Amino acid sequence: MMLPKEYRTISNLSGPLMMVEKIEDVSYDELAEIRLASGERRRGRVLEIAEGKALVQVYEGSTGIDVNTTQIRFLGDVLKLPVSKDMLGRIFNGRGDPVDGGAPIIPDAYLDVNGNPMNPYSRDYPSEFIQTGISTIDGMNPLVRGQKLPIFSGSGMPHNQIAAQIARQANVLSGHANFAVVFAAMGITFEEASFFMEDFRKTGALERTVMFVNLADDPAIERISTPRLALTAAEYLAFEKDMHVLVILTDLTNYCEALREISAARKEVPGRRGYPGYLYTDLATMYERAGRLRGKNGSITQLPILTMPEDDKTHPIPDLTGYITEGQIILARGLHRKGIYPPVDVMPSLSRLKDKGIGKGKTREDHADLMNQLFAAYSRGKEAKELAVILGEGALSEEDKAFAKFADLFEDRYVRQGEYENRTVEETLLLGWELLTVVPTKELKRVRDEYIEKYLKPLLEVHKNETLETEEA
Amino acid sequence: MATPNAIEGFIAKISGPLVIAKGMAGACMFDVVRVGNAGLVGEIIELKDDTASVQVYEETSGLKPGEPVVSTGEPLSVELGPGLIEEFFDGIQRPLESIERTAESPYILRGISVPAVSRTKKWEFVPAIGAGVKVAPGDILGSVQETVLVDHKIMVPHGLSGTVKLVRQGEFTVEETVAVITDEKGNDHDVTLLQRWPVRKPRPVVKRLPPEIPLTTGQRVVDTFFPIARGGTACVPGPFGSGKTVIQHQLAKWADAEIVVYIGCGERGNEMTDVLLEFPELEDPRSGQPLMKRTLLIANTSNMPVAAREASIYTGITIAEYFRDMGYSVALMADSTSRWAEALREMSGRLEEMPGEEGYPAYLGTRLASFYERAGRAICCGCDGREGAVSVIGAVSPPGGDLSEPVTQNTLRVTKVFWGLDAQLAYQRHFPAINWLSSYSLYAHTMGEYWDAIYDGEWSGYRTEAMSLLEDEDKLKEIVRLVGIDALSKEERMVLETSKSIREDFLHQNSFHEIDTYASMDKQFKMLRNILTFHHLGMQVLSRGGMLHSVIDHPIREEIARMRYTEENELDKLDALETAIKTELGKLSAAGGGIDDVA
Repeated sequence: MMLPKEYRTISNLSGPLMMVEKIEDVSYDELAEIRLASGERRRGRVLEIAEGKALVQVYEGSTGIDVNTTQIRFLGDVLKLPVSKDMLGRIFNGRGDPVDGGAPIIPDAYLDVNGNPMNPYSRDYPSEFIQTGISTIDGMNPLVRGQKLPIFSGSGMPHNQIAAQIARQANVLSGHANFAVVFAAMGITFEEASFFMEDFRKTGALERTVMFVNLADDPAIERISTPRLALTAAEYLAFEKDMHVLVILTDLTNYCEALREISAARKEVPGRRGYPGYLYTDLATMYERAGRLRGKNGSITQLPILTMPEDDKTHPIPDLTGYITEGQIILARGLHRKGIYPPVDVMPSLSRLKDKGIGKGKTREDHADLMNQLFAAYSRGKEAKELAVILGEGALSEEDKAFAKFADLFEDRYVRQGEYENRTVEETLLLGWELLTVVPTKELKRVRDEYIEKYLKPLLEVHKNETLETEEA
Repeated sequence: MATPNAIEGFIAKISGPLVIAKGMAGACMFDVVRVGNAGLVGEIIELKDDTASVQVYEETSGLKPGEPVVSTGEPLSVELGPGLIEEFFDGIQRPLESIERTAESPYILRGISVPAVSRTKKWEFVPAIGAGVKVAPGDILGSVQETVLVDHKIMVPHGLSGTVKLVRQGEFTVEETVAVITDEKGNDHDVTLLQRWPVRKPRPVVKRLPPEIPLTTGQRVVDTFFPIARGGTACVPGPFGSGKTVIQHQLAKWADAEIVVYIGCGERGNEMTDVLLEFPELEDPRSGQPLMKRTLLIANTSNMPVAAREASIYTGITIAEYFRDMGYSVALMADSTSRWAEALREMSGRLEEMPGEEGYPAYLGTRLASFYERAGRAICCGCDGREGAVSVIGAVSPPGGDLSEPVTQNTLRVTKVFWGLDAQLAYQRHFPAINWLSSYSLYAHTMGEYWDAIYDGEWSGYRTEAMSLLEDEDKLKEIVRLVGIDALSKEERMVLETSKSIREDFLHQNSFHEIDTYASMDKQFKMLRNILTFHHLGMQVLSRGGMLHSVIDHPIREEIARMRYTEENELDKLDALETAIKTELGKLSAAGGGIDDVA
């Protein structure tokens, strides 16, 4: 095989980008290897190419590169990740090299990290309920296999704990499953990364986990490839090895910042808040890699985490994410301040795929109605509480008082739960009906009569007897 | 597909989906080209001397400068003929099922070339005319029963008129000759079941007509409050999670159109899969046949190449126009036009054009307007003067739900119906989350006349009254917020109760409930009539001194709340309920009057 030609024709350096001239036979998106005078090797990718000229993005950043002595050669291929089932239990960096001190893996295949778009015709609709053990998710915003459901958080909120809890407890009702976690850290701190590693290690999940770690002090440019490596590994495990893969991506905000950095270096026309106009498409090429395929047993469920700058949901990152993902779990600072864990704000949270994942034969027949009723009742309770703040408790009607009480109980008993408390879906549903006993039954318009008879009446009876007993006592 | 004298140039520069090709002298704007050794499909969008800017509809990684670029000498066109219905296409009309078969992979690989409609399938062609008849473009030569619901008319192609020399009956593939037409110069032209049409050129009609007939959708807030007409245009803007896609799906399911074209433009893959799996299962309430038998889907999901997203909208509307020309009422749903506009913006940025507002190109407004203008009701080409319509419903995804952004604003300028989705309603799980105060329909008046003719002139009155009650509710709620509910008179309390009933018992509709998901116009009318009858009689009771609680806590209100679950074949129950309301409140009224007398 002929050795690729080495060029010393770097003409222009700007941020992580460099211009190489007088090149021949180089293709768009090709991978390049850069050798510095010190002997250090770095990697880059062709971003734009014209006759005799290529614009190369250097993954590790351009510090130390000069125009005279640095050499570059083009590798004739796009960025590929070596994959194998032995990746489970290993830790890699944002370039795909192992960083846990172990030997390099012996690959089964080399896969293009950009993947190919799934044919919508070949997709299978996600409909298998995942029990996370968290009531606000299972009861109100159920997660199904193959869904992409991000957590919208803010700085200082316990999104990592929630993600770890989901990774720990996630289970399907049909029982045993071939389960794996792929974890991609983008620009998070060492402390955050080690929290996950420690948690996975403690619970024994580590050996079923592949980690790709790009820490806050690693080159920003590698953040672009980190999630793609992780998703390529996930696709391999899910669709070649029949595993059910949960992909945790954290923190997407850092990813988007890195993307903006490159876009600015390329002097592109910026869209909203300086983010490139193709941010939506770029995010979509990652999020859309979640799903199920017909005829394959495995699945990819994505749980991206992003911290909303200033808790602003209309910021481009959460906004565009929300348009692509199948719902969102939003954390509320108000609940967090009240000391409620997990501080999930159920009102703006949403799971778009819930309807096919719940109901008879999946969870329970009354799940959908109960869920809608809890939403409506909580919403009314919160409204009543707002009214009470302005006009005083006395201005509320008896019904509104009952709903206000319901809202308080809902936050305190339904939303709040322990970090290691794993509620089954039956427990969550029972708790929901239990809370509905405090509001007048005739106000429950979202549930069918038969379910009221079957699930609520027995609870009301119990309460009545209890009240009688206390009165007698 | 290259013609012998095809123009062949070479790649000079590659930047994402944009390829600059040199040596393209003689090529035309919007010609389709094959790019590189892989033969990727692209379209010329700019020409400067012999340099052409090409937007490539497939992923460009791996292309090299110097690779060939060949022009096909033809603008981007769609294939029109039997085999379109029930099909699932990508943005440039490649059937996704064939792509899967050809690629032998669940992923969309590059450079796959598959015909839009099957070349091997045989169709039973039944001629409508015989030899010797003089025909002009648009005249119906015969038809093919494509699905149980669609009788596919084979029309004389545009640009061809003369005398029919021969028509054949029997089974044909789309490429076989079914008729021969001799033009005025005496030349014979073969006519097949298949025609081609460039997507960026609207198909001609004889005369455009104003929209006068409603397109019913089975959705109460739409049909009664903000109706859309056949041939009309509507836009649905809303922040994420407000239910745009669910509304689009509901309309695709229940709209009384004969053909539905659903374009998933830059949206989620799973949503398209959902439609694909669900529609064959669902029954059309009018024909009893599976909904898929009248539907065709176009999907360019968000992770598929961005340039094809731009084309998908045109592919869809051209197919819609083709079925309109057969005399059908076609409904086209585009979800979402914002993604299409973003694709325009991305290409514009790569062409280094001067950006307009928020980076969108300055021609955004013109492009949007010319797309929506392709909707309409019209007399189609052909001697029988048949009438067809294309109704367009476009979803808009404004960033952050901010309606002042350019795509929404430009869309509002050209569409006649605005269904504004409200995040607050969505949070309360009030679906469809169409805000009744900010939405509007410019067809409301015309549609009112249409329905009044059917419902003895009562329809408009009920609609107006319901809307003004909701308007009053908004004001009263403001007062309650400031000084509390006790400050209201009992009549005002009654207004609050009735508007709550309109909101919860009428406007709220559960699209996942097997009965509630669709409400016929009769059902809608009767439901609203009952709610307002209760209101009128309730007010009467109050005016006679009756107690507020005797009215608003009346057990019959529970039955009003359950009207939505009345099955379509039991609508007389709603009439019985009206009678019951009259009797019950009549009793109260009498008693109320009695109390007055005593006092």
